[in-house]
Amino acid sequence: MRLLLKGGRVVDPANRINTVTCVLVEDGKIAAVGAIPGEEGDTSDTEVIDCTGKIVCPGFIDLHAHLREPGYEYKEDILTGSRAAAAGGFTTICAMPNTNPVVDNGAVAGYVARRAREVGIVNVLPIGSITKGQAGEELSEMAELVQAGCVAVSDDGKSVMKSDIMRHALDYARMFDIPVFSHCEDINLSADGEMHEGFRSTVYGLQGIPAEAEEIMISRDAMLAKLTGGRLHICHVSTMGSLEIIRRAKAEGIRITCEATPHHLTLTDEAVGSYDAVKKVNPPLRSEEHVAALREAVASGLIDCIATDHAPHHIESKDCEYGNAAFGISGLETAVALVMDRLVHTEVLQLSKAVALLTSAPARILGIEKGTLTPRRAADITIIDPDEVRTVDPRRFYSKGKNPPYKGMQLRGWPWMTLVAGRIVFKEGSVMEMKL
Amino acid sequence: MNFEKRKDLLGLKDMSREEIELILDTAVPMKDVIRREIKKVPALRGKGMITVFYENSTRTRTSFELAGKYLSADTSNLAVSTSSVQKGESLKDTIQTIEMMGPDILVMRHSMSGAPHYVARNTRMRVINAGDGTNEHPTQALLDMFSIRERKGTLEGLKVAIVGDILHSRVARSNIYGLSKFGCEVRVVGPSTLMPPEIERLGVRQYFDLKEGISGVDVINVLRIQRERQHAGLFPSLEEYAELYMLRPEHLELAGDGAILLHPGPMNRGIEISTELAEGPNTLVNEQVTNGVAVRMALLFLMMGGRRDEIAA
Repeated sequence: MRLLLKGGRVVDPANRINTVTCVLVEDGKIAAVGAIPGEEGDTSDTEVIDCTGKIVCPGFIDLHAHLREPGYEYKEDILTGSRAAAAGGFTTICAMPNTNPVVDNGAVAGYVARRAREVGIVNVLPIGSITKGQAGEELSEMAELVQAGCVAVSDDGKSVMKSDIMRHALDYARMFDIPVFSHCEDINLSADGEMHEGFRSTVYGLQGIPAEAEEIMISRDAMLAKLTGGRLHICHVSTMGSLEIIRRAKAEGIRITCEATPHHLTLTDEAVGSYDAVKKVNPPLRSEEHVAALREAVASGLIDCIATDHAPHHIESKDCEYGNAAFGISGLETAVALVMDRLVHTEVLQLSKAVALLTSAPARILGIEKGTLTPRRAADITIIDPDEVRTVDPRRFYSKGKNPPYKGMQLRGWPWMTLVAGRIVFKEGSVMEMKL
Repeated sequence: MNFEKRKDLLGLKDMSREEIELILDTAVPMKDVIRREIKKVPALRGKGMITVFYENSTRTRTSFELAGKYLSADTSNLAVSTSSVQKGESLKDTIQTIEMMGPDILVMRHSMSGAPHYVARNTRMRVINAGDGTNEHPTQALLDMFSIRERKGTLEGLKVAIVGDILHSRVARSNIYGLSKFGCEVRVVGPSTLMPPEIERLGVRQYFDLKEGISGVDVINVLRIQRERQHAGLFPSLEEYAELYMLRPEHLELAGDGAILLHPGPMNRGIEISTELAEGPNTLVNEQVTNGVAVRMALLFLMMGGRRDEIAA
């Protein structure tokens, strides 16, 4: 079974390809990229897909998604999360461990990996917790987690507040060469905060979360990464000061990478003024100067990759008083459109740079053989229609989380087709599931 | 002008000076109604008003209720602490249930900023914010402004100092928004830990020193300090707070000639205000309570489509 993707602009940043050409897929793997010999000839066993006007990229990778299973299936599960990923153009997603039970042992990690294989829509890579129960007290059994398929560890949702435990985590993780994904938030400083602290928190009368709550922890973790030589990845970086700390740490040779989310790159804290809880997220939407700094940093390469922090919630947790609402944005199905519309079409980012931030860059952080169209690699491919204009309609989401802050927003540039290991999992607006 | 285009009153932030003036002007004849032997006008006959308070309150809720009754509205109160809210009913469902019983106006207090905004989007009833979290308390600011205007003759160009916990105060915010629209010079006075970030961008000046902050002002509005703030580590003790910020008779002398003092109540005597001052001749605390009913009558009347000239002075 051969599949020929013909006539699209192929953008494969890792292989420095950015041209109109063909991609040939054979037996689930990339067979060739370029002018295909005999392409005009015998095509009887080759399905040809006309990609004219489309952008053909390596499959997108999301380092940061909350799939909620096991434990919170009313918010999302591995099936609906996988569908949402496919519809959003993602072929590989990392599942955060703040489930119930927490992914802090091989059995739970194995469950997530196995369930994802059963569902079989996209690649789901589990992330284990740094500490048992994400309680911040004792390290999880990392060897067991890695053996069960975990590609990183994280206590995402909160910081490991004890510096000694975080030190040991970064140190111990070195033995498995996995990155430690750090949610940076000094919880004593963020306390009961509900939005970014600044002029607008004064005007809206909401409790503020100072930028420093994030920056202090990034500083600490960068120092601990230096001390231990561990690999540190900063989740959802959101402030100007954080970027400066990361820039200095990188210059010093500390092993540190970071991600930014589409919402922090495109929305400001002004959005919170309506007290609409779909805008409530942690870290909070920041003010203009922070957003401008983030946009500059994705363009300059200081920010290593874009990740969604897909945080689906049940409607009751969002259709309520702002103060009672849960933090989080359902992001898988709007990420690519936001990047295209708000960053690529507005020329903040070049197309090939944007693709790199969603493919080769996250693959490099995980150290996995994905994110490129290199021959013999699994044919994970995302095809974008850069000119499709569509209005964000959460009712059409595959995710159970109908809580995007972009409802009604018109965006240009959407995923058109998603292939995982050569199989089409999303086309013509629909997720295609394996017939079991 | 009237209130035809206005469905809700959620705050003074987005209210025009003209609308505020209309309320204050309409409150003048309303105050006369309160003083009559028969405190009843038929303006809101056949209209229903319900008060829903998710936070404790005596004066604001009673004030709204009496204001409604004096205007002949049918008023009712949902006692949240004994209601189905305690059975876990969501705010949205509670409000929908109330709506189906047919009242025209919902007066609501909630501990969370923006809760009335959320409710207003989800109901056909007219919503009046009776205080939301640390955001706004518009009717308190209106009654403060009415009290000041009544005593001083005008609001224009007055110097007003608001003293206390500005960070957590919805009264302070609404007063700042309202007074600023009348060209008042507003000062906020209090400890640095109880100042909201970038407060001066609202056009006010902040002072940490009480004497400096109140010197030469026409009006001092003293806020209630809450003990919880000490436990959150925002100041060391109520004793030290009182030492630095308690208003005493000598302070009134520092202020301008004929300076007046307001307090939204309930007062902590001996903490933010001394007893001598609390009972002094230039302290409007009791007058404020009466004015609160008048202002709320004016507001209810206007929101239900009444016109200023229909009420005879």
